[in-house]
Amino acid sequence: MNLKPTTLTQIDEVITHYPTKRSATLPLLHLIQEDVGYIPEGAIEWIATKLELEPINVYEVVTFYPMFRQKPIGRRHIKVCRTLSCALLGGYKTCEQFEKEFNTHRGEVSPDGEVTVDFVECLASCGTAPVVLIDDDLHEKVDCAKAKQLSAQIKAEAKKR
Amino acid sequence: MIAPPKPDLVTVNIDGREIAVPKGTNVIEAARLVNVDVPHYCYHPKLTIVGNCRMCLIEMGMPAVDPATKAPIMDPATGKQKINWIPRPQIGCGTNVSPGLHVKTTSPMVKDAREGVMEFLLINHPLDCPICDQAGECKLQEQSTGYGRGYSRFVEQKNVKPKRTQLGPRVTLDDERCILCSRCIRFSKEIAKDDVLGFIDRGSYSTLTCFPGKQLTNNYSLNTVDICPVGALTSTDFRFKMRVWFLKQTNSLDTESSVGANTVVWSREGQIYRITPRRNDEVNDTWMADSGRELFKTLRAADRLTAVKVNGADSGLDLAANAAADLFKAYAGAIAVVGSARSTVEEQFLTKKLAVALNAPTQLVSRVGPGDTLLISADRNPNVRGALVTGLIAALPAQTLPALAASVDAGKTRVIVSVGEDLAAAGLTAAQLAKVAVVYLGTHANATSAVAKVVLPTLAVFEKNGTLVNQQFRLQKFAKAVPAPAGATDDLIVLAKLAAAAGASVPSDLGSLWKLLAAEVPGLGPITYANLPETGLLLDATPFAALPFVEGETLHYKPVAPAVAVATA
Repeated sequence: MNLKPTTLTQIDEVITHYPTKRSATLPLLHLIQEDVGYIPEGAIEWIATKLELEPINVYEVVTFYPMFRQKPIGRRHIKVCRTLSCALLGGYKTCEQFEKEFNTHRGEVSPDGEVTVDFVECLASCGTAPVVLIDDDLHEKVDCAKAKQLSAQIKAEAKKR
Repeated sequence: MIAPPKPDLVTVNIDGREIAVPKGTNVIEAARLVNVDVPHYCYHPKLTIVGNCRMCLIEMGMPAVDPATKAPIMDPATGKQKINWIPRPQIGCGTNVSPGLHVKTTSPMVKDAREGVMEFLLINHPLDCPICDQAGECKLQEQSTGYGRGYSRFVEQKNVKPKRTQLGPRVTLDDERCILCSRCIRFSKEIAKDDVLGFIDRGSYSTLTCFPGKQLTNNYSLNTVDICPVGALTSTDFRFKMRVWFLKQTNSLDTESSVGANTVVWSREGQIYRITPRRNDEVNDTWMADSGRELFKTLRAADRLTAVKVNGADSGLDLAANAAADLFKAYAGAIAVVGSARSTVEEQFLTKKLAVALNAPTQLVSRVGPGDTLLISADRNPNVRGALVTGLIAALPAQTLPALAASVDAGKTRVIVSVGEDLAAAGLTAAQLAKVAVVYLGTHANATSAVAKVVLPTLAVFEKNGTLVNQQFRLQKFAKAVPAPAGATDDLIVLAKLAAAAGASVPSDLGSLWKLLAAEVPGLGPITYANLPETGLLLDATPFAALPFVEGETLHYKPVAPAVAVATA
């Protein structure tokens, strides 16, 4: 596990925010996931040593939250909302469109390594359903056509690189 | 002497009965005192309270007072103070008593709550009681009979989880049976101080596990099996061996160190199947070490002595006693006795009688190992204190016997009576052993029994009755669980026969022996084997306060500095 120096500084700083070291477990996991993209092997033990815990204590937290990933994902993370409002207005079709565009299945990394499509719980924008979160950007009213357009955009950007 | 302060008592009312209980008691324990059962899973008296199983829900209320004047509000119908009942159930384990607390454990609300909790617990619990090891001692089974609704409304599919995870070398986990009470996790963390267990994937698929690559290997891992209220954690050794209701329970003691943990031996038809701890709040709480549970495995070992031998040839007990008598006569004055700190108090008393009759010097062999600060002490002999109390020895024994070796070399000792001690292990060379005639009493073959002139097979701790004195000077008794193998004789009978061969007449039954012990040994006054409480009796330790005992701190034991050191301080 190679963390950026800035992440390490942030980690040391965030530990001081709490009266007990154990409380910094969640912030540390977030910082590492932001840096590496997922919780890599060895990170749990590393955090446990850092916070004077047993690895199982950190492992319990990692497995509780679905947003902590223990495997790498694609370069971009497409989260399609699956909850009621979006589902009623075609969220399932949107998700299938993304899967078709990138020749992948939900939860998996696409063969070109470009994206991971996830079918997630409510993104809290029910008024503009169906919604999609690509990395940190919210896209509203994403029907199949818009999904195609977004996919094309991602592919174009990938080609430029 | 200052009298201990009286604990603050609090009067509470449980199901209409008033009882005074110490402050800080929780409702489950208070109810236990009036013989009311509050069902529970996660609560354990020796672990922290987490309140996660919700089985101990009770209805509680406090006497009503006027908010303004603080005057009690009376109920005109009964003429008593009105009780304000809390409209929702509370957990009994996490509720400590307070003055005037009223508790209902049988109200419709409590019944509803229990049925609800039971229904949820049983949703994903497999119906494999017929093949489950816990059946017969399963809290889930008992409480679903006692407090469940009696039929299932569940038509969906049950969860599938790992069925046979090896958590460690001695513990196997069936995750489907787990009801997530977390007793094992708390035990590992709080008592064993080895925090390896945890729940992962919390939710419908919560799974008890160790961190990948780690194992539950500590020497107390089997206690998690004992405290598991269901059949999730099972002993790999005992698994699928025997139904618990067929087993006879015999109170015994853990003889692997001077802690003297109280145990129960579970046996059937002369065979021991398992050993579990027995609660003694002054000694071992409800725990014992894994190593102590395997002590019975040597009972039927191939090297078990089962034949009386004289000069290497099979013989009988009386013939052997005669042979010993001949030796005693021939070498009178050149005899030494090596007693044992593994013998019982009664055996040590007879060993002393024998030594006195032979006018022989007596020594013991000490065994020292690292203490684990919990239930295994540094002194690996269970009964050094007993030898002190009975007067068999006056000073603490050493690990080797250089004085005896020198005396053998000088030709001053020609006969050694060894009570279960391997003289070779105690530092005597083969050449030295060849020079003396050994009368050996013991359970298993070793270098000494191989060269002994007279070999008298005796009994292991599970095959006889007796008492031991632990590191706290607590006299504790154990009882015979299984019959001895043919050919082995009770140590007391053998010792009495040897004493008779030496010219002393002593009884060999516990009843008469204790009369003699009470009369001759100071401090054992009115005690008899029969009236000794199951949790033991503390003896007066002051005569031995100056001795430098080897034990370090363990559970419920703090070594006292020798009195000499205190005097100079």
